[in-house]
Amino acid sequence: MATTSWESELTQSLSAQFGDKIVEFCSYLGQNFLIARPEAVIPVIEWLKTEAGFDYLVDITAVDYPERPERFELIYILYSFGRNERIRIKTSIPDGYRPVSATLVHPTANWLEREVFDMFGIEFEGHPDLRRILMPEEWQGHPLRKDYSILQQDQAWVRENLGIESAQ
Amino acid sequence: MADSTFLDSTELVLNMGPQHPSTHGVLRVILKLDGEKILGTECVIGYLHRGVEKIGENRTYQMFAPYVDRTDYVAAVSNGLGYCLAVEKLLNVEAPPRAQVVRVILTELNRIASHLVWLGTHCLDIGAITPLFYTFREREMIMNIYEKYCGARLTTHAFRIGGLQYELYDGFEEDCREFCDWFLPRVDEYEQLLTGNRILVARMTNVGVLNAEDCKAYGVTGPMLRAAGVKWDLRKAQPYSGYEQYDFEIPTGVNGDTYDRYLVRMEEMRQSVRIIRQALDRIPDGPIMAKVPKVMKPPVGEVYVSIEAPKGELGYFIVSDGSTQPYRVRIRPPSFVNLQALDKMARGALVADVVAIIGTIDIVLGEVDR
Repeated sequence: MATTSWESELTQSLSAQFGDKIVEFCSYLGQNFLIARPEAVIPVIEWLKTEAGFDYLVDITAVDYPERPERFELIYILYSFGRNERIRIKTSIPDGYRPVSATLVHPTANWLEREVFDMFGIEFEGHPDLRRILMPEEWQGHPLRKDYSILQQDQAWVRENLGIESAQ
Repeated sequence: MADSTFLDSTELVLNMGPQHPSTHGVLRVILKLDGEKILGTECVIGYLHRGVEKIGENRTYQMFAPYVDRTDYVAAVSNGLGYCLAVEKLLNVEAPPRAQVVRVILTELNRIASHLVWLGTHCLDIGAITPLFYTFREREMIMNIYEKYCGARLTTHAFRIGGLQYELYDGFEEDCREFCDWFLPRVDEYEQLLTGNRILVARMTNVGVLNAEDCKAYGVTGPMLRAAGVKWDLRKAQPYSGYEQYDFEIPTGVNGDTYDRYLVRMEEMRQSVRIIRQALDRIPDGPIMAKVPKVMKPPVGEVYVSIEAPKGELGYFIVSDGSTQPYRVRIRPPSFVNLQALDKMARGALVADVVAIIGTIDIVLGEVDR
């Protein structure tokens, strides 16, 4: 990605607070984001909420890069009403890593993290109710992973619940 | 829900199943009741999950655009606008001015159509059957304009990446002006029937209260946030597609209850008419499509673009890996995030209020489940 660097008094305060836990401050097409180490994400989100006024968690999502050793990239998008500014926090985590849940900081994270768990299999530590939200409860497999083919289904579930032998 | 015992005889678990006339789609709400009072709710969603985000990774950028209409199928034009803006940002092109003005007109017509569906169905759930027929009659006029413009009434695929495909048909401006002139007195008619109505006021005031802090904490946006008193609209805060040129107001409420949301949405319909009239006066001449390649390969990167859809903040997070197909398309649906607040709003209310609250959140299951 052809990023440019992002410098502002917010990045300076963040560097002063978190040091090398934040790997990089970047900007692409005018949209600012920072790359943090996985264990620093929740402290950064909390600091941004209490000290910098980023009181609205817009979205939590993930992207799967299976060829990387740290397979998933978790992305948090935050917005501040006071500053009218939106930033992204990105972190790379390997398969099996359990990131800390953001529900204590922003209650919005509840269903958003459930969806990330459902689609990618990333389990969040400390989530009050981590179970599947869009797929049926007993479904095996995490559909948005790149090794889950678009025509793949949980044949056992389909056979048992729909009574058909799916042609896919 | 975890602290109930099986033999507790004062609590009843009632299933408001996916097949229900008032849940606005296939939504299942499990209610835990004490008599008629709600102790807790749990939403079970996913009955309309079609894997749209997975499909996005297997289609080219242009091929994916019709799928986006079918998430929030009531406001399909807005969805298309958000997606086209996101891909245009990745490609670093901007739609020409004529296309931008026409996009604003069609999107605001769509906002009116979406709010008309909300008004009709919400009042129907509460028990007032008449408004449904009136609102759908007005919506027919909007559907006719869409049909004459792009051939489809509901899932329109009206915009293309880079601008518009179809030139305006002869008579488009007259049709829109006729609609605006016909519609404004109709809003007054609805208000005459509903706004001071004793039954409506009794069923809506202090029902589903969500104050400003809770709205921000739960990530609730759109008319729900504005009814809680926060004067925030993405069309003013981070304008897109030329919205900064238009003069309109952001209606806000005071209490954040169902009645305030009703008033906010009614006023939003009037403001939309104001925007449409301003836009009709200033449609410039010129091309309708920017220079975009036929085979679209945006450079490697990612972008998050959001618009003010009728239901809240609708965002598209698109990751490109340089090929013709997106690497990841994430649709941030306003209804999904707003629906989380149902539990907070419904505790302590009566069963009949749950129906009013689901209606006031204004959900579309296509968007919640994708």
